Amino acid sequence: MRPRFTPGDKVRVHAQEVATHCRTPYYLRGKRGVVARVFGAFPNPEQLAYHKIGVPYQPLYQVTFEYAEVWGRPQRHTVITADIYQHWLESDH
Amino acid sequence: MAHDHVHPHHDRDPHAPVNESHGVRPDSALLERALRELLIEKNIFTAADIQHQIELTESRKPELGARVVAHAWADPQYKAWLLKDAKAAIENFLKIDLDLEPELVVVENTRERHHVICCTLCSCYPRAVLGIPPAWYKSPEYRSRVVIEPRAVLAEFGTTLPDDIEIRVVDSTANMRYMVLPLRPSHTGQMSEAELAALVTRDSMIGVAVLAGSQR
Repeated sequence: MRPRFTPGDKVRVHAQEVATHCRTPYYLRGKRGVVARVFGAFPNPEQLAYHKIGVPYQPLYQVTFEYAEVWGRPQRHTVITADIYQHWLESDH
Repeated sequence: MAHDHVHPHHDRDPHAPVNESHGVRPDSALLERALRELLIEKNIFTAADIQHQIELTESRKPELGARVVAHAWADPQYKAWLLKDAKAAIENFLKIDLDLEPELVVVENTRERHHVICCTLCSCYPRAVLGIPPAWYKSPEYRSRVVIEPRAVLAEFGTTLPDDIEIRVVDSTANMRYMVLPLRPSHTGQMSEAELAALVTRDSMIGVAVLAGSQR
């Protein structure tokens, strides 16, 4: 699968609930961030966890989030980054 | 007269065998043993393979990361490579094979930006270069608090950063394992790489500490 986003793109993490294994932390669901790095594609961990081979491979991004966006209160000069797979991201225009 | 009573803890034989189970739950230990014996019996791997893997795991120490940091300080071209493609740069310099290891990313601390790494989901850690993570790194307290109140957590490690330095909390949520390239201390221009490496602490490569003399 080709990467849809490039560094600098504004993105939003899907807010969905899943009952099965996934590596998108709850505290970032629905939050807006900016793509910092594109790491290439990796097997989808949501399938690997259930003994599948993880296709299609998902592009992985390092995404930066402002503190206030994540926690709803200001905190100067504080940023959180997390690595999020493409199928958890949508464009945020 | 003052010392004629018994000090049982002083009477302990320092060479006595360890009889405690180090907090491993007996059922977990039993499960591990059963699984290991089954896998050996079914020729999935051998006892020697396990021994080899344990020795490999235990050979990974923060000293490896420290050598990489010192080399990056000494050689700007190497630093650029390390920041761009950490795994290849580390394999090349340390002459170790990281084929079976997770991906590695090195993030650089500067006078404007300080990185601290964590794994809020579990305990992802750059074991290839720092070895086994400290217990606190895996604790729910560190994992949850460092993303909520990073400056307070750093202060508890004795690390107080100027207010105008950006703190970037790096949550290792997926395939990448992060290591911090700390700021080089001042007045170290004449040091050899070995001397520089001796200054680099594990905690500075996690980002909960800064190196003495590096903040000015």
